[in-house]
Amino acid sequence: MSRCCNDYTRAQLLRSAAAEAGKGLPVIEPGMPEPAGTGLSRRKFLSRSAGLALAVYGASKIPLSAFETGIAQAAGAEKILVSVFFDGGLDALSLLAPVADPRYAQLRPKLALAPGAGPTFSEDTRLQWHPAAAGLATLHGEGKVSAFPAIGYDHPDQSHFTSRHYYEIGELDVGFRTGWLGRYIDQVGDDENPLQGLSMDGSLSPMIATAERPVAAIDGVDGYEMWSQVEDPVKSEMFKSFARFGSLPSDSPGLTQVRHATAQTNQLRQELGGVGGFSSPVPYPETNFGHKLAGLAAYISFGLPMRVVTIRASGGYDTHAGQAADLESGLKDTCEGLLAFQRDLEKRGLQDRVLIELWSEFGRRPEENGSEGTDHGAAGCAFVIGAKAKGEMVGEFPGLTKLDDNENLRVTSDFRGMYCSLLEEWLGHDAAAVIPGAAGFARPTLVKA
Amino acid sequence: MAIPQTDTNKGRPKRHHRKRKHVWKDKHYRWVPTADGDWRVQGYIVRHKHRPAKGHFRGPGKKPARRGVGNPVNPDPRPAGAYQGPFGHAQAVRLLSRAGFGPSGGQADQLASMGLVAAVQSLTRPSGAATLNGPPPVDDEGSPIAPADAWGHDHLWWLDRMVRSNQPLVERMALILHDWFATSSAGVSKQQQMIDQSNLFRSACFGSFLDLFRAVTVDPAMLQWLNGAENTKSAPNENYAREMMELFSLGADRGAYTEDDIREQARALTGWRYDWSSEEGAHNFRFDPKRHDTNNKTVFGRTGNWGWEDACRLCVENPLHPSFFVDKLWSYFLPQPPAAGVREGLINAYVSSGWQIRPIVEAILTSPDLYEGPPMVKPPVVHLAGMLRALGRYVDTDAWRWLCEPAGQVLFWPPNVSGWDDSRWLDTSRMRARWNIVDYVLDDVSIRPWSDPYSTTENADEAIARAIAIWGSPEIRPEHRAELLDLSQRSEKLIVANWQKAPYRAMRQNALLQLIGVSPDLILQ
Repeated sequence: MSRCCNDYTRAQLLRSAAAEAGKGLPVIEPGMPEPAGTGLSRRKFLSRSAGLALAVYGASKIPLSAFETGIAQAAGAEKILVSVFFDGGLDALSLLAPVADPRYAQLRPKLALAPGAGPTFSEDTRLQWHPAAAGLATLHGEGKVSAFPAIGYDHPDQSHFTSRHYYEIGELDVGFRTGWLGRYIDQVGDDENPLQGLSMDGSLSPMIATAERPVAAIDGVDGYEMWSQVEDPVKSEMFKSFARFGSLPSDSPGLTQVRHATAQTNQLRQELGGVGGFSSPVPYPETNFGHKLAGLAAYISFGLPMRVVTIRASGGYDTHAGQAADLESGLKDTCEGLLAFQRDLEKRGLQDRVLIELWSEFGRRPEENGSEGTDHGAAGCAFVIGAKAKGEMVGEFPGLTKLDDNENLRVTSDFRGMYCSLLEEWLGHDAAAVIPGAAGFARPTLVKA
Repeated sequence: MAIPQTDTNKGRPKRHHRKRKHVWKDKHYRWVPTADGDWRVQGYIVRHKHRPAKGHFRGPGKKPARRGVGNPVNPDPRPAGAYQGPFGHAQAVRLLSRAGFGPSGGQADQLASMGLVAAVQSLTRPSGAATLNGPPPVDDEGSPIAPADAWGHDHLWWLDRMVRSNQPLVERMALILHDWFATSSAGVSKQQQMIDQSNLFRSACFGSFLDLFRAVTVDPAMLQWLNGAENTKSAPNENYAREMMELFSLGADRGAYTEDDIREQARALTGWRYDWSSEEGAHNFRFDPKRHDTNNKTVFGRTGNWGWEDACRLCVENPLHPSFFVDKLWSYFLPQPPAAGVREGLINAYVSSGWQIRPIVEAILTSPDLYEGPPMVKPPVVHLAGMLRALGRYVDTDAWRWLCEPAGQVLFWPPNVSGWDDSRWLDTSRMRARWNIVDYVLDDVSIRPWSDPYSTTENADEAIARAIAIWGSPEIRPEHRAELLDLSQRSEKLIVANWQKAPYRAMRQNALLQLIGVSPDLILQ
């Protein structure tokens, strides 16, 4: 019942284990690149001012104690870039389905979406949004989404790791060790503020792997929460009693152990009570992804000093088999979460400070395979979302009549061009200092003037 | 940067999968023993998942025969050296907590009525296959769990057995042996192989340690985990040879073995192999004579053409094995080591029985230390299973898997080959995890203060009585009861307006339930 390539799952496990241990990466595929950031030091740090348990990467010479003041004193960045990753290779031909392309139904006898099943993509009426991406379609209708219907690079690599690595480092070089956003932080960032680059999935995204400056990862957005069905004022009485359970005398080592743990737990609850509890002005879908975005919006409103944030989309996209159901649930959770996040920012008046970039390592093969899935392809799709997004399609949809030499979708925009524009137009930074060969890439206009 | 010091409950993961399912509360009746040897009818609440059929059987059924009261035979003869004090409710609770997962329903009283020895033997001498009482385990969607296939359902499967089995000590012994021969899913290709290993522990937990040891040595999960199947005469792998001595039978730094013994033992163990395919993982485990080293090996000074069965026997026959066995087994049931004389007696009993496990378990469970000695911290799954039993709740959500992870114990995933560290069950993150487990466990019981109706007059004493009764009337230490009473009174003083009367009382009730769940009374066994 393999739903994605076996090597992929196994490699993901090894990859995460290796990243955590800060050790070298086991080679799964011959020539597979080491992710950026492999081997960075990883230290655990409880930030009281932010109320977060952080894993801090890099800057190993800076003492942890410096980060507390670093976070408290860092100015919140004016512009924040949130990068959302569709892990596994999102099928662009389902998200923006070319239902009016004559070859589509032919190549996808089982997986083709029916014409009219989802909203039409207004900028190219051959294309149609996946019904589960309605949230994205809504934002597009409001002019807040710039779509790249066929993004990639020349001579596309169909390995998850190699292609993802290229996107992470912003260059076609397996040897690079820093992420493209990591280099940006190295150039503009702070020595003592690990929140400037924040991964919300427990371990560091290679995209923000730096050479010098500290960056951080968090497991979740909940801080040090202790749940209960009790509210204030009774709640504070409850914790007062809990604290007293911790300070009563003991007559055995076992009891002493419980008393100590109780007292310390309550102490930490008080110290880390900061942003642990947040509330959202809009409803979010009840998913882990939605919950993280809700937390992120709250962090931004609290003024946590973040510049770039990475988060993995809901679901897995390496849909080699049984694609329809997996894709639908992942897309739905992701797009509903993103819509709620945008609405939240708008409600809080933060919409002009945040831009979201959606990407995947590649698109999938136009012709479906024999197990109601699709195999690795070339051109994929990407999106830039936000109130400040230009809202215009970048690169045309190349059609299915003429495919590349491997029967894959042709590329009509280069991801490094997108990175250059995001750096220059959004982050106000010289792209040439971050993206090798930046001068050679066409810059699409991504931000509203 | 301004951080609002809010302290709301917003971070609690929404239980989006878990709908509050309707239950049909139904009063049933059963016979419970009385102190004078008779039986009386007791009412109790059964929570039906489905609407019960009209007129279905609600008990109590035929009254059991009078128990031997006035019978001249001593109903509770106790061997010399055994605990001689009263064996009542409190002692039965302790026995059920250490040799199982705590009482459920009227179980403690029933056990107390049997007397110490019979009570212990009812646990150590189960007959036939275990019965699982109550609704079978389901996931968040209400679908039956798939322990062999679905991630995390292996944990749910075992937790369910802890909650529902009528042979609790078998499950507790399996947990002990899982820790003793700690094998992790991390190194095993299929969940079913881990489940099979736990079933091996269930079937062999009261028999001969040598038989158990041999079965574990060639168990497919173990052969993968400690590379027993990568150990060939041309390329010996010492992993299992070392751990079988250090962790399973002899102990490190006791002078029981040398590095040479390990190397020789590894050669004795050569020959096991399996096949691998991406569909089936590791399968077809077998002994291949071509891979076995047939030269003589010298282990513990004894020379012979030893094979894997000899390797286990040599360990068990090592003079330092019986003391290792007794100390280790004892440590699972008692927080402090046995007195020298007690230890000596157990060692002799173990050797003279031919390395039988059952008599040692029985001796430990009847020892005075168990009933008179200090308490010990429950492992997280034991705490959780005990709470589910006390509340009459079952495995009905995937949450029982992910909640156990931050608490420090996921079944089939011990941290390493030496098992869990029993001295480190509690720290600030694990204690918080236990708090959150208690909150989740109380999901069906706690009151929604703003939507559920609740008493507007309940006083402090009534509130405490209600909360303790919901937890199945556990023993609460007097100083804890005093604090709970204080909390009850403090909370009541907060009520200054009419609209607060019911909601604040509901919150007080929830607070009491929560605090009892995380109190030493429920965390200790």
